[in-house]
Amino acid sequence: MTGLSREQITWRVAQDLPDGAYVNLGIGLPTLVPPFVPSGREIVFQSENGLLGVGPAPAPGAEDPQLINAGKQPVTLLPGASISSHSDSFLMMPGGHIDIPLLGAYQVSERGDLANWMTEGDGKPPGVGGAMDLAVGAKQVWALMEHTTRKGEPRILERCTYELTAPRCVTRIYTNLAMIEVRDGLLVREIVEGLDFAALQTLTGAAIRLAPDCRPMRTAA
Amino acid sequence: MIDKRVADIEAAISGIADGSTVLISGFGDVGTPFELLGALLEQGARELEIVLNNAGGGDDAIVKLLAAGRIRKVVCSFPRSSLGNPVFDRLYAEGKLELELVPQGTLAERIRAGSAGIAGFYTPTSAGTRLAEGKEQREFDGRLHVLERPIVGDVALVKALKADRWGNLVYHRAARNFGPVMAACGRLTIVQVKEIVELGALDPEQVVTPGIFVDRVVELGL
Repeated sequence: MTGLSREQITWRVAQDLPDGAYVNLGIGLPTLVPPFVPSGREIVFQSENGLLGVGPAPAPGAEDPQLINAGKQPVTLLPGASISSHSDSFLMMPGGHIDIPLLGAYQVSERGDLANWMTEGDGKPPGVGGAMDLAVGAKQVWALMEHTTRKGEPRILERCTYELTAPRCVTRIYTNLAMIEVRDGLLVREIVEGLDFAALQTLTGAAIRLAPDCRPMRTAA
Repeated sequence: MIDKRVADIEAAISGIADGSTVLISGFGDVGTPFELLGALLEQGARELEIVLNNAGGGDDAIVKLLAAGRIRKVVCSFPRSSLGNPVFDRLYAEGKLELELVPQGTLAERIRAGSAGIAGFYTPTSAGTRLAEGKEQREFDGRLHVLERPIVGDVALVKALKADRWGNLVYHRAARNFGPVMAACGRLTIVQVKEIVELGALDPEQVVTPGIFVDRVVELGL
């Protein structure tokens, strides 16, 4: 069971972003979200390094080497964009000005603990970047992740085994298999076509509940 | 007359003492004053504590300072580079380099506190995580916070786009990043710019870093 592709996960997330939202894009999967926002909605994407109003990737040859996103890839600015120093940019997350940070995750616990900055011993010095700042402050934090590791081990768990980024912050999880709300435990709102609830439970390291209105996970036509 | 312009990069970097805490602007390569750092390598100061977001990569001037054994401690949020940084990794593994890992927003705010004479602040960032260990944690309004102390720079090395002779600065795009907050925090703030313009040529509404925070500017044409 592979379920949705990375692009399909980000497409699915984009469908849920409300018009007018200020949305931070974490590195990894979240940076793929912007092209999939439905037309007619204005979403202001923030990049932690001081950009508000991030647009799509520039055409080849049109890159400004000093205009990059948090993942250090070249980006563009949309009309209405603004630039802040790090001091002002990092007021926007803990201060609750960002409506929804979209964050990649290694693990999420059943109470919404997030682990997305440190795995077990790759031998390199640790790096945290803006991960912890992004995870605090917003009323909603959406995690984007593969449902299991490459070896098939669950990444949604009763308790995270990796170092925490922040406790009790994730409110919604989008994976290649399901969309799950963190609400007094884990509530499954959508399951990918071809997978039943019992099978999803075996791939999840914590108890999940089926929402009464659970439906097949939507994908791009 | 106020004139913060210096003739060349050697003059810009002169007088940095051994043991200094040096703030370095930049996010990855963008906004990093690599030419000033190259001059610092030549200048010779040792036992430096550097404060920056990343810790260099490839064969850039930060890596050269590390390789030359000139750095005692790195305070940063993300000491990793897509270009790799085997020098940092080795020094860290051998215990020859002290690393203080700080969340990026906390890093910016600690520097801001240092620039403002503020003795500390409580933030929710990192509360309940490994990075809060050993720090005071305290609940406010039902939420756990961490006490963070300021960072004060003996020196700030900053890259900007334009300056005037009073040291007013404007930046380019995402190269602004840590420049303004670090410029305000350095006891000695040294700025490399592409271009020095006439006094009055920068619109006061558009100046990002007021010249009061800046001590020296050097024009490099890049």
